[in-house]
Amino acid sequence: MLQPITTVHYLVLSASLLLIGTIGVLTRRNIVIILMSIELILNAVNINLIAFSQHLQNMGGQIFTIFVITDAVAEAAVGLGILIALFRNKETVLADQIDLLKW
Amino acid sequence: MDTAFFYFFALLVLGGAILTITRRSAIHSAICLIVSLVGVAGLYLLQKAEFLFAVQIILYIGGIMVLFLFVIMLVNLDEQAKERQFHGQWWIALACVAVVGAQVFFFIRKGSAAFQLGKPADTAPTAGNTEMIADVLFSEYLLPFEIASLLLLVAVVGSVVMAKKRI
Repeated sequence: MLQPITTVHYLVLSASLLLIGTIGVLTRRNIVIILMSIELILNAVNINLIAFSQHLQNMGGQIFTIFVITDAVAEAAVGLGILIALFRNKETVLADQIDLLKW
Repeated sequence: MDTAFFYFFALLVLGGAILTITRRSAIHSAICLIVSLVGVAGLYLLQKAEFLFAVQIILYIGGIMVLFLFVIMLVNLDEQAKERQFHGQWWIALACVAVVGAQVFFFIRKGSAAFQLGKPADTAPTAGNTEMIADVLFSEYLLPFEIASLLLLVAVVGSVVMAKKRI
């Protein structure tokens, strides 16, 4: 039968999710999807925090998860605001076509 | 039973995440991301973090994802969905896969006993989850809580300034 789930299972899952998010940030060209990949990375962090909060019976992990979610909300709001401003000026959402600061 | 649920939610999380970064259309990506976030919420429930389960559903899926869908609607992505979707940066992605893949392979070979974590606490929780979070949040973490409210204010003002055409 299947083995019981330990904290390490959660850590491996969180590492895999972090990996997928990182690949999304590094390889996609569409900025909207890059922002979604950042959400995936933050969720991987949250899984890790919750797993250790349960492992050590310490509430600090869950509190920090709340703060991470707060940060994710702020980041999404500001990031999408920047994206709208950018789209109005450059008519593109592809990351490698936005090269105003490039020589 | 917990084991089966864990693997089910893990499948939702990882499958949704992989579809999120590979779909061509941004709308499809957003919907796959919602599936992934539901899976994460289920994992919170398995870890007995009921309050965060509710927060995840309401804030992430009800708030952030609706914001994403609105922005996808506002910026016209139709022409750009036909273009190439990936950078030529596969070697960076391959390096990431190699590092984490080695770790996962080690885990599958040796099992969870090979990882030395701290000794698990054997104390049972003394109160309900929400009550305990409120207890700690409003005593020990009161200053970070206030700073978080300041952060949200800055984010609100900042996003309005960014997105508005003329103030």
